[in-house]
Amino acid sequence: MSIITFTNKGIYCPQGKFYIDPWLPVDHAVITHGHADHARRGSKHYLCHKYTEPILRLRIDPALSISTLDYNETIFINGVKLSMFPAGHIVGSAQIRLEYEGYVAVISGDYKTEYDGISTAFEPVRCNEFVTESTFGLPIYNWLPQHELFGGIRDWIANNQLQDKTSVFIAYSLGKAQRLMKGLEGTAKLFVHNSINNLNKAIESNGIVLPQAELVTMETPRTETQNQVVILPPALLGTNLIKKLSSASVAICSGWMQVRGSRRWQAADAGFAVSDHADWSGLLSAIKATGAEKVYVTHGSTATFSKYLNEIGIEAAEVATQYGKEDDEEIGEPKNEEE
Amino acid sequence: MEKFARFIHDLEISNKTNDKIDAIVRYLDVVPEEDKIWLVALFTGKRPKRGINTKLLREWAIEISGIPDWLFAECYHSVGDLGETISLILPKPTHKISKNISTWINELSAISKQSDEAKKEYVLNAWSGLNVQERLIFNKLIGGGFRVGVSHKLLVNAISKHSGIEANKIMHSLMGKWVPADTNYAELINGLDLDTNISQPYPFCLAYPLEQEVGSIGEPEEWQAEWKWDGIRGQIIKRKEELFIWSRGEELITSQFPELEKMVSILPDGCVIDGEILAVEKSQVLSFNSLQKRLNRKNVSKKQQEETPIGFYCYDLLEFNYEDWREKPLGERRSQLEKLISALPENDTVYLSQVIGFKSWEQLATIREGSREMNSEGLMLKKRSSPYSTGRKRGDWWKWKIEPFSIDAVMIYAQKGAGRRSNFYTDYTFAVKDGDKLLSIAKAYSGLTDKEIREVDNFVKRNAIEKFGPVRTVKPELVFEIAFEGIAESGRHKAGIALRFPRIRRWRKDKKADEINTIDDLRNLLNSTRHADRTDKGI
Ligand SMILES: [Zn+2]
Ligand SMILES: [Zn+2]
Repeated sequence: MSIITFTNKGIYCPQGKFYIDPWLPVDHAVITHGHADHARRGSKHYLCHKYTEPILRLRIDPALSISTLDYNETIFINGVKLSMFPAGHIVGSAQIRLEYEGYVAVISGDYKTEYDGISTAFEPVRCNEFVTESTFGLPIYNWLPQHELFGGIRDWIANNQLQDKTSVFIAYSLGKAQRLMKGLEGTAKLFVHNSINNLNKAIESNGIVLPQAELVTMETPRTETQNQVVILPPALLGTNLIKKLSSASVAICSGWMQVRGSRRWQAADAGFAVSDHADWSGLLSAIKATGAEKVYVTHGSTATFSKYLNEIGIEAAEVATQYGKEDDEEIGEPKNEEE
Repeated sequence: MEKFARFIHDLEISNKTNDKIDAIVRYLDVVPEEDKIWLVALFTGKRPKRGINTKLLREWAIEISGIPDWLFAECYHSVGDLGETISLILPKPTHKISKNISTWINELSAISKQSDEAKKEYVLNAWSGLNVQERLIFNKLIGGGFRVGVSHKLLVNAISKHSGIEANKIMHSLMGKWVPADTNYAELINGLDLDTNISQPYPFCLAYPLEQEVGSIGEPEEWQAEWKWDGIRGQIIKRKEELFIWSRGEELITSQFPELEKMVSILPDGCVIDGEILAVEKSQVLSFNSLQKRLNRKNVSKKQQEETPIGFYCYDLLEFNYEDWREKPLGERRSQLEKLISALPENDTVYLSQVIGFKSWEQLATIREGSREMNSEGLMLKKRSSPYSTGRKRGDWWKWKIEPFSIDAVMIYAQKGAGRRSNFYTDYTFAVKDGDKLLSIAKAYSGLTDKEIREVDNFVKRNAIEKFGPVRTVKPELVFEIAFEGIAESGRHKAGIALRFPRIRRWRKDKKADEINTIDDLRNLLNSTRHADRTDKGI
């Protein structure tokens, strides 16, 4: 038995007649999280976690038809029991649990097993079928624990301040930017680019409290941002806004920064391996915790990772999807790998 | 190790020369004396002998990380560096070992004489007591170098800044055959037992590229024309019966060219000659390709010397009888240089750079057309009345280079790069038309901006047709202008033709794949240049 299939529009539940994170327009779209490769425009109706709703309205259309669920809340769609569990990826990210005649499938979307201080912590969910990501599905990717990671970043900021430099972080506007704000609260005054500010407002409309941050624009006087922390989206890397800042030291925050090759490739002063995705051991522990009989592997090192799962006795297959092809994947990533 | 790891990290993230120099100075400030000598040794290629086989390292890393061999290979391919791959896949450290760099190096040298079991125990213990960055350094100490963009010259400048000793003197001091284990840092850089004054070079005089009409620079008789050679610009100094060769990058390269070192016995004392180091066989200059086989080698074998003999083409005389001649006009310097060279005993190492006679600029332009046949890059024009200036002075010296060859070709294969580019498709193979088929003609990996590389990378990922291991066959769509320095027949290439120094000159986004050159275009080019280049035949 199976209650999900992989179609050219996305992951489909034939019994429930809805799609999960479809990349083409459909009637009923269930959305795991607000990143652009998972939440695409054009569908008639959207179902997502309540924290994701304002994000979709901001990014797609304020007039979207959306219904929402909270974590652990349940609804039935055409006889399929659907509930959402925290994926720990970004604010509002949810694993979609489907149950039909006692058979359970979980579509994880993107996930991260370690608590990042802002996204609701990941919860493993038992199931028969599990759809996992494998963005960092190689054993070279092992993240430092959150406190050590941010310890290193705070040291970097302190060192910049000693040299009268402004610490600029390049991070995606949805997810990583807020995680950095939270992790760097108190080190300096925080400045964010408008695209991040808009998302902050959307996130805060749910009652989530984010650290105080000010807007940085081309008009912001240099003296105001000097020695402080500025967070910008990747599109601004190498632009005039950075040049305008007073002696900026630029750090890229992305899981790909684990490897020196990618760090040096980017024209930045530092690279920190801060990722929204599970690392190698995170992926393995999450998959084992589901007890799934069958694992489907989507974006990332799908071929390698599913081969390895099969070798360690977990039945796995790689699935071609359109995930990981939009601008919400991590910076420095080899994009659109054909595997 | 912590300090060294931090230091290497600082070097890696700094793109500017001054930041790198500061990083070295900061490191020299904080490390004990015995570690400083190792900094100099590691960065000047005086590495300790490789005591542990890297194959063993890989084996042990696979064993303790518990991953299959093929998965390790995947990781290695993605990272592009063995030492780094190992540092990343090892289990988290269980304790912390703090030792000086010199201690590590001494221990490694001691362990290298012991059994494989003893080596394994030592390495595994080290790995379990070091973090990712420190392990990487440790692995690099065993095998492989630090690619942190620190040239000899940069290192010397940093030591100079830290110690206050003049850079050229330090360069001289570091040049000798010192052994790190028995050398004291302070004594080394202070050049005790050395007279560092005698090696002092003069700044090189440089030429501007000629961009205007050649006739506009003046009358032909005011100018001296010479071939512009594509070698290593160098300055030979003989003082107090010692010989020094400086490169334009202000590095002492004497020991790289034993043939030139021998000139110490024939050159007059107290003279300094500016010239070009070239590969020369039977008085004919070989291509830069040949010379390259001799560059950046610590030790040059007899065989290499025989296969690629080196010569020095003299351009100018800067010092004669210990007297600085740079203010004298070129004409006067040149005639003294001619006298000096013709008085030398017969040898096949020192040559006079030929002065090309010409009556009109038109005549010279015709002569210039033949540059490629001489393996020359074009002409040098020097004002006969000019002094030997410091650096570049507009109007006195011009380089009048010939254009490289170029063709338009389409990209057909792509492969990921190594090292810092290991996540991007950066190595491309290009093809020209052969009837309605495509024929691969050259591989190239340089010439695009980072932004363009990303764009091409994206294209490759979207348009890969087939995989052969790491190679992707891509839709033949992107057209590039490929520049190259020469063309030769080749049995090894499918097209029967090999291009010399192919590189991407620009991305021709304006061109379609059917507008590229054909194999016949290349054959015609080959025929027209045949016999011109004797260096590339069937090698
Ligand atoms: Zn995501
Ligand atoms: Zn994703």
